[in-house]
Amino acid sequence: MGTKSSIFDMIGPVMIGPSSSHTAGVVRIARAAIKILGGRPDSATITFYNSFARTYEGHGSDRAIIGGLLDFNTDDERIRTAFDFAAANGLQYTFKSVGNASIYHPNTIKLNLKKGDREIEVIGESLGGGVINIAAVDGFNANFSAQSHTLIIKADDISGAIAFISSVIAQEKTNIATMSVSRKGKNDLACHVIEMDSGIRETTIAYLRSLTWIKELIYIPDIDI
Amino acid sequence: MSFLFDSFKAWKTYCEAKHRSLHQVVLDYEVSQKNAIEDQIWAGLFRAYTVMRDAVETGLREEMSSRSGMINNGAKKVFRHPVSVLSPEFQKLISRALAAKEVNSCMGRVVAAPTAGASGILPGTLYTLQEIHQLPDHKILEGMLVAAGIALIIEQKASLAGAVGGCQAETGSAAAMAAGAIVYCLDGDIDQVFNAVAITIQCMLGLVCDPVAGLVEVPCVVRNASAAAIANSSAQIALAGVGAVIPVDECIEAMGEIGASMESRYKETAMGGLAATLTGQEISKRVLIQDIELLPDENLPE
Ligand code: SF4
Repeated sequence: MGTKSSIFDMIGPVMIGPSSSHTAGVVRIARAAIKILGGRPDSATITFYNSFARTYEGHGSDRAIIGGLLDFNTDDERIRTAFDFAAANGLQYTFKSVGNASIYHPNTIKLNLKKGDREIEVIGESLGGGVINIAAVDGFNANFSAQSHTLIIKADDISGAIAFISSVIAQEKTNIATMSVSRKGKNDLACHVIEMDSGIRETTIAYLRSLTWIKELIYIPDIDI
Repeated sequence: MSFLFDSFKAWKTYCEAKHRSLHQVVLDYEVSQKNAIEDQIWAGLFRAYTVMRDAVETGLREEMSSRSGMINNGAKKVFRHPVSVLSPEFQKLISRALAAKEVNSCMGRVVAAPTAGASGILPGTLYTLQEIHQLPDHKILEGMLVAAGIALIIEQKASLAGAVGGCQAETGSAAAMAAGAIVYCLDGDIDQVFNAVAITIQCMLGLVCDPVAGLVEVPCVVRNASAAAIANSSAQIALAGVGAVIPVDECIEAMGEIGASMESRYKETAMGGLAATLTGQEISKRVLIQDIELLPDENLPE
């Protein structure tokens, strides 16, 4: 009965206004992105698409995204003055608006983040009520909600990879909630996205990382903590 | 097996059969459906109530103007005005509902109850109820549980989202939650609580969602005040034992039916009603970003 609402969906969440899709959801997209990046970015280019393109200032989504990039939580009152904190922390940012990307969800944000040598691109959608979908990571389809614990594994597209990865995770005491694989081209890298009900151990992550055919592993624990 | 909040009628039957009060059934639901621990539920409710009270006080104390300029410290002006239209209590009720909602519009911390757009209604009503009747916090928290139970049923039978059911679903539902909580806290019986919900819904039916420039400011802020007033008038009527004639479940179904047949321009799209007025359009031009890139067709992302 996982679909039943909690009373704290009726009276809650505690959040920064004005709207869950324009603030809470936006903060969570940024928080998911910095988990993928592995820390706060040095610089960020933020593109607001479609309905967000015109309304992001009025709704304060610009401050919400910067607050999220600074690792503020969805109920952190510093979000209102996030630009001041960005200046104090040396976070550089630029905003762009694109109005007619019809293939994207109405409330879509693209984040291009840099930290040292590392650069990532994350596309996130704010679905309402603070719920998000991370649609793409570095050009791969991802589609995860960042509500549970998520593994993103970029690996050589070898046969048996899916079965192998799921059997390793099965050794942990966690359930796989969703698992998807996307490929960029034939014989190119495959991107596995696995959502799990609970976290997995550092040693398991280290083991998977040590395998030669696994090129990159990103572990995203619950972003709301 | 806990009660699943599919109808008010069944909620009452369940209470009577199990000798549980309205709020206990909501508590049991959260414990069994969400594996929650009772102490944590009370702590969560207390935190929500604390945030609500803080929002009221912040809105009456601090600078509250929104980026668009449409919201500009209205709550404080109402609170301090020397002429009380009805009574000082009424004046406080209205200014508190405005205050909490202004905090929401100005990027402050609020509780979505049930949504962010309606986040001034429960704070305004509960704060004032507690003050007038000197109720202990715990009683208010019980009232909040009853309010949550009311919202659970509305969510199942109709909707709580402006984008789905219009403003009746947001401010209407919040007012219904508040009315039920008021009557419960003033020791009304189950029928009286449910009549307060039914009467409130009857008063809020048909309200469209037409926010100017798509921002949650106009008419949202003043609707939080009117919804708080309606919650109190409905509670006053129901507490006296005056019935709603149309049973509460049927009132909610009517709200669902009206929401379903509402055109999409009245559902948060900012294309109808106040948003589409001449002035609404002008404001929208001024506050929305005009300088946006439009992709040539061949450049659409793959
Ligand atoms: S008008 Fe729309 S946005 Fe404003 S409070 Fe009502 S439902 Fe929410």
